[in-house]
Amino acid sequence: MAKVKKIVKTIKIDADKCNGCRSCEIACSAFHSTPKYSNNNPARSRIQIITQRAKDIFMPVLAGEYTPAECAGRDIYIIDGKEYEDCGFCRASCPSRDIFKEPDSGLPLKCDMCESDPPREKPMCVEWCLNDVLKYEEHEEEVEEEVKLDDVELGLKSMVDKFGIEKVIDTVARMSQKG
Amino acid sequence: MRYAETGYNLEIDLATRNIERVETDPNTIATHLGGLGTSVKLHWDRVSPEVKPFDAENMLIFSSGLFNATPALSANRTVVTFVSPQSELLAYPMMGGFWSSELKYAGYDKVILKNKSDKWVYIWINNDKVEIRDATHLKGKGALETQDIIRAELNEPRAQVAAIGLAGENRVFTASIEQARSSASRLGGGAVMGDKKVKAIAVRGTKDINLANGEKFYELMKDVTEYIKYRNANPIPNVMTILSGIGSPQEMKHTDEKWHSENFMWGNARTRRKDFWTPEHAEDWTSTQLGAIKRLISCFNCPQQCGALISYKDTPRYMAKCFGKLTYSMAAMVDRLDFNFRILQRATEYGVDSFSTPQILAYAVELKEAGVFTDKDFAGCPEDKEGRFYWLLDRVVRREGIGDILADGTWWAAQKLGKTAQDLAHNTIKKHEQLPLKLSMLDPLYFLMYSTNEKISITQIEGNWPQGAFATMEQRQGFVKDWPQLPDPSWKDWILEWEPRGPKGIPYYPTPEIASQIVDWMEMLHNIDDAVCMCAGMSSFCLKPPYHIHNFPKLISAATGLDIDEAGLKKIVNRSRNLHRAYNNRRGMTRVDEKPPQDHWKNRFPELEEKLLDTYYQFKGWNKDGIPTKERLHELDLDYVAADLQKRGIYKDGQS
Repeated sequence: MAKVKKIVKTIKIDADKCNGCRSCEIACSAFHSTPKYSNNNPARSRIQIITQRAKDIFMPVLAGEYTPAECAGRDIYIIDGKEYEDCGFCRASCPSRDIFKEPDSGLPLKCDMCESDPPREKPMCVEWCLNDVLKYEEHEEEVEEEVKLDDVELGLKSMVDKFGIEKVIDTVARMSQKG
Repeated sequence: MRYAETGYNLEIDLATRNIERVETDPNTIATHLGGLGTSVKLHWDRVSPEVKPFDAENMLIFSSGLFNATPALSANRTVVTFVSPQSELLAYPMMGGFWSSELKYAGYDKVILKNKSDKWVYIWINNDKVEIRDATHLKGKGALETQDIIRAELNEPRAQVAAIGLAGENRVFTASIEQARSSASRLGGGAVMGDKKVKAIAVRGTKDINLANGEKFYELMKDVTEYIKYRNANPIPNVMTILSGIGSPQEMKHTDEKWHSENFMWGNARTRRKDFWTPEHAEDWTSTQLGAIKRLISCFNCPQQCGALISYKDTPRYMAKCFGKLTYSMAAMVDRLDFNFRILQRATEYGVDSFSTPQILAYAVELKEAGVFTDKDFAGCPEDKEGRFYWLLDRVVRREGIGDILADGTWWAAQKLGKTAQDLAHNTIKKHEQLPLKLSMLDPLYFLMYSTNEKISITQIEGNWPQGAFATMEQRQGFVKDWPQLPDPSWKDWILEWEPRGPKGIPYYPTPEIASQIVDWMEMLHNIDDAVCMCAGMSSFCLKPPYHIHNFPKLISAATGLDIDEAGLKKIVNRSRNLHRAYNNRRGMTRVDEKPPQDHWKNRFPELEEKLLDTYYQFKGWNKDGIPTKERLHELDLDYVAADLQKRGIYKDGQS
């Protein structure tokens, strides 16, 4: 496969600065609403603040890839004496937990770095975090070319994983006949 | 589709266990906005003035406001309304935190609790599924402890839980409702919740909140955000540190307590210690505070960090904010802050107001010294100041022995204990303990705010106007040059002319006419906040705030789709304000109740004070008794209120 240059977008997360306000969750969900900014719902946000206040844990986690399978085991980290909950840092939308899924449909959510036309200077969560917990950075990397799934494909893939390709094809065909 | 609000209230009858999701009238948003405004209307319509605080008919409403769960930064208050056991008037303490937004995401604007449960319960609101659950196992548990237990047993770490502690269970008049790092503390909401045998309300919501014009709303919020950044980077000079920034008082962040320790009164709001802040005390208090605070934390959708996670030595962790940091040490006459950070943990778990409660404990100490309480009453009480306070706090929240009398607050305790006790209970207005502040010269602005506001708590009335005149003309010019929040630029002259003393100083300046306009303006700003449930710390309670009369109408219009201008907004909140006053008038409140503590200022001016009240009442459209006139009520489309006041004989001596 051909090598291509791509811009790697990074959100640097300084969790020590997070005060748990969750403005990022509102901004994310508002940006991804249709029409844009017409509503907000932190449950739809592609960034979640995993909060255990008394333990002094405020951990921003951005939604990563969807996976149809659970991990064989669940990891717990202890850092500086603080014990983080199961899968505390994991970004996956997976069967083990209910975050990073649309609350109505259960379809997976994934951070898209707020890609839009025209492009934004930085993702919404970064822009609306006024405590500098989130910092946006870009750098260039040379990688093998790959075909990326768009949102619809991603959603369909999870439906296929859940119900099987035939069921999904039948349903889509039936729906298209109904107009 | 409903915008900004959900359009539904949750009505729960605790006696019959009937739960209803009730659609609200879409027109109410244009007449009462939301939050306190729409809650007052519900109380007016449903709770007659004969209802006593602990009657089953006393509704307890937990309300969100119009801006909760919208992108409006710092809109996170929950306003709790009920007839207070202490003042016997309609109280509305508020808490920050996360609760009201979660309620809206669950699909409700308010939770209305009616009647009483016959056994301990808690309420679990999970979107459309609402349950009344057994809380027998939670009886006696702390307010913070309860929140954690409920989250664990529901297996829902993201549930937001408002809970009472032992004080609420035992109907202590200063019982608070605690939630995350916040609490609705004043005037005994926790007691009414306990009377209804509701230990907690847990909520989790995953629904959308819509805006009429979201793009415009975000555009307006960008301006607000830029101003927040500017204010955070540019504290106001020439005012005390605590007033220089935005947000609730930054008591967790600032360590310099020279002003409070030397100007707030110690003991039972009694003793001023002008030389307290020595280098030794400064060092001790600073190191104690820095050692106690693990992290500064926020409420929902707020960039400020007014609360803190407290991890102090062997004391279990808890969260704190504001002046609770020092009120126990000062009331107990304990010089060290160590004591405060320890007892505050216990007080928070018990769920008590940290303004009133320390004064009640200090009052008990005075009653003992005066011989009103005897050695027998204090049997088992440790001799040392710290131990004595713990002992008294334990008695009060359990209503054991003398604690049963003290649990009703200083005013009610004094009525039971007689003349000496009444003389010692010196710091209340409308039966509620006030800030432990005793000043020299009467301040016309503060006199009016203390006397006339339904909040009965000065720290939640004052705000946008500086607390005192600036010393030099240069300072005054510096302050007014950048002040777009003012309703009219001509008001800047009042700052320029205002002298620290002399004929252009307090008590005669600002004049009663000017004072009326300033107080009315500040009160209006608080009422807007109370309707949209904006944190007062970002609006009505601070100098030069991000939210003000010029941008609120635009934000409200973008959020709701209504076309509301400044005059329209002012009319809506004036309607709610006058309805609230009429409600309290109907319960018996009148001019004779509008008196700050006699010793609040050393220099009093009875004639001027009467003139201030007369002028302000007239400005507000109230009669000589402080009751909204029929004419004023008509202007506000409240003829039905005037008719009710007339029918009940509230208008006296030929007034209307």
